[in-house]
Amino acid sequence: MKQVLGYQTHTLVRKVIEKEIEKLGIEYSYSGTGHIELMNDINSEDYNKLKLNLLEYGIYIQSNHQQQMVQRIKDAIDEFLSFEENYNYNLSTYISEKLELNYTYASNLFSENTLITIQSHIILKKIERAKIMMLSGKYSLTEIAYKLNYSSPAHFSGQFKKVTGLTASQFEKIISKRNFSDSEN
Amino acid sequence: MKKIRIVLAEDDEDDRLFFKEAINQLDLNTEIKFVADGDELLKYLNDPESHFPDLVFLDLNMPRKGGIQSLSEIRASQKLTGLSVAIYSTSSSDEDIENCFIGGANVYIKKPNNIESLKSVLFKVITTNHQYINSTMNKDNFLMVV
Repeated sequence: MKQVLGYQTHTLVRKVIEKEIEKLGIEYSYSGTGHIELMNDINSEDYNKLKLNLLEYGIYIQSNHQQQMVQRIKDAIDEFLSFEENYNYNLSTYISEKLELNYTYASNLFSENTLITIQSHIILKKIERAKIMMLSGKYSLTEIAYKLNYSSPAHFSGQFKKVTGLTASQFEKIISKRNFSDSEN
Repeated sequence: MKKIRIVLAEDDEDDRLFFKEAINQLDLNTEIKFVADGDELLKYLNDPESHFPDLVFLDLNMPRKGGIQSLSEIRASQKLTGLSVAIYSTSSSDEDIENCFIGGANVYIKKPNNIESLKSVLFKVITTNHQYINSTMNKDNFLMVV
């Protein structure tokens, strides 16, 4: 029987990181947005162990400062999109306050390191959330549009088509046929 | 930034040159490997000496092993799971598009016939794929027609 899973990446990642750090008996504090402060210096053996253990989950310790900042911006965006009440805020204010960064600086840094602008990244992330909601079968397209803060269902459908080249219903149809053919094999 | 590794499986030499020219004109740090058919592609992908690509572009009609067959072998292989596949085809029939997606393609590209549109298509595909790889997004839901 196929089940569709919804998940919150940041919760998942946080749990994994906490588990792995605790395993090594390191004291740390988690300041949100994927930013961790280790309370004591750790030896390179433990550091490498932690690095490798996290890599198994696809979590990278960002060694370069720019990459670290970009990762924190991405995490702040994920966090912003995860809670509907955040939509009352302006995202650029949210990012600059959360990360104590000038937004123009953040946005240039982001584009230079990820190939796309913060705005396009957010659109892509919202469409991905919409896909997960669609596949859960719990929401109508209208509900999804409003939950993701689109001004209207038509605006949402237009953006979905622009990003994916498919209509929302074509997308759903393809995924359900794909899952069906997988379960036959 | 890290190099973006791309493989193009295409038997037509003109198409390969056209593709190469478009990609070189984009301001992206890419490295392309060309193979002429699906046989050569699978050999390359399964060769431990090869670099694992970020993205494979796959022509549908090739001699020996075509695009659909190659796609199905890629999706059936545990080692190659997670590889992004973009179908690169002259067909724009809804049926072909749907079948490629059901077979596990991530992107379906209708071959553009001028370099400017090819450039914008490739840019969109490469940068979107880059987000799927680097921003914890579920690749099973990565479907795009351009």
